[in-house]
Amino acid sequence: MDLNEFVAHFAEQFDATDASVFTPETRFRDIDEWSSLIGLSVIAMVDEEYDVTLKGDDVKNSNTILDLFNIVKSRV
Amino acid sequence: MAFLQFKNVRIAGIAAGVPKNIASNLHPTADDNISSEYTPEDFVATTGVEERRVSKTLCTSDLCYGAAEQLIADLGWDKSEIEALIFVSQTADYILPATACILQDRLGLSKECYASDCTLGCSGWVYGLSQVASLLATGDIKKALLLCGDAKKRFSGGGRDPLFGGAGTATAVEFKEGAKGFQFHFGTDGSGFDAIITPAGGARFPIDDHTFEFEEIEGKKYHRMMSRMKGMDVFSFGISTAPKTVKKLGEHFGFDYLDADYFVFHQANMKMNNMIMKKLKLPEEKVPSCMRYFGNTSSASIPLTIVAQLQDTSANKKFICCGFGVGLSWGTVAFDTDSDVIISKLVELDDSETSTYVV
Repeated sequence: MDLNEFVAHFAEQFDATDASVFTPETRFRDIDEWSSLIGLSVIAMVDEEYDVTLKGDDVKNSNTILDLFNIVKSRV
Repeated sequence: MAFLQFKNVRIAGIAAGVPKNIASNLHPTADDNISSEYTPEDFVATTGVEERRVSKTLCTSDLCYGAAEQLIADLGWDKSEIEALIFVSQTADYILPATACILQDRLGLSKECYASDCTLGCSGWVYGLSQVASLLATGDIKKALLLCGDAKKRFSGGGRDPLFGGAGTATAVEFKEGAKGFQFHFGTDGSGFDAIITPAGGARFPIDDHTFEFEEIEGKKYHRMMSRMKGMDVFSFGISTAPKTVKKLGEHFGFDYLDADYFVFHQANMKMNNMIMKKLKLPEEKVPSCMRYFGNTSSASIPLTIVAQLQDTSANKKFICCGFGVGLSWGTVAFDTDSDVIISKLVELDDSETSTYVV
C-alpha cells in the first residue's frame, strides 16, 4: 500500500481545499472543510480502493492522514 | 442462520400516505436542525435528500390509516376478512396501548383480529412482512395488513432532522394456495445499539429535569428525547452489511440475485445507497429511489419507493428488498409479484388535528 497514493485519494474527497495542502502529517480535522459528511466520503473511498471498512472511531481516533493510513494498512 | 421461507402467501397491494406539506433542504427554516459543520448544498449533494414531507399534527398512525383505507378500497377487500394487523413504527401514538389495537378499531376491522406493534426502524418492513407471512402461511388467517412508517414525533420538540421525512404505508398480504411466497434473510447486531438511539424516555432513562438540556454533537444540538445517529458508523454498517445479506439470500435459496427485476433498498442516504448498488454491481435502472423527494422514512421507505417509483411497473416482477439500520438490524426478502397486484396512488394528507382516540 502506497502512502502517497493514499494521501492523494484522501485529498480527492475535498472540493474546496487544494490538494497541495495534504501531506501524511496533515491533521485533517483542522482543515476548515472537514465535516462528518467528508468522513463518509473517506469511509467510502477506503472501502472502494482498499476493501477495508472503517468505523467512525477509526476516523475519530486518527489525528493525521498517516494515522488513518496505518489503520487501513493493518487491515488490508 | 436466520433464513426463512413462507409459501402460499402473496402481496395483494401496497399504498403509502405522506403529509402534503413539503420542507426544502436547500431552504431550511428555523424548525430545521441544521449542522453548523456544512452547508445545505453540501448536505443535499451527499445525502441526495432535496425535500421531504413533514407535519406537526399527523401521527404515523394517521398516515398508515389513510394509506390502508385507500388500499382496502382499491383492492375491494371486505374488512371483516382482515384478521391480522402488524404496526411497525418507532413513533407509536402512545407509550401504551399498542397502536395496532387503535388501528384495528379505527379501520373498522373485526374484533377477531390479531394485532401487535413492532418497534423496528429501517429493517422494519422486511421484519413485519415475515411476521404477517408467517401468520398467513397456514391458511387459518386469510388476509392481513402490515402498516409501517414514522412521522410526527420526528418533526416536533427540538428541530427537524433534514435527512428524515414522514410517511405511513400499508401492505396487504393474503393467503393464496400455490403462491411462491417469500424468502427471507435476517440479522441483528445489538453491539451497535447506540449507533441510532433516543436516549431518554424509556425505562433505562426516564424523563427527568435534565432530559431537555441540549448538547452539541457534530455541529447539531440535541436533547435526550431526540434521536441521534453516529453517521459514520451507520454508513460503514450499511455499505458492508446490505450487500452481504442480499448475496447470502441468493446463495442460500439457490438463485442469482442479479436475476431480480427490482432491488428496493431502504432509502438511507444517496451516498450509502450508491455504494451498495455499486458493490452488488446492479444496473441503476433496477434500483428505484425516492429519497430525493421524501428523505429517509425508516420502515416506510421500501413500500414508499414502490408506490412512488414503480406505480405502473410492479406487476409480474421479481423483487429483492433490503432494509438495514437502527438496532442494528437488517433483513432481505425476495418475492415475485403477480399480475393482480395493486399499487395505490400516493395518498397525500392535509395537516389536521385528530379528535378521535385522544384522552
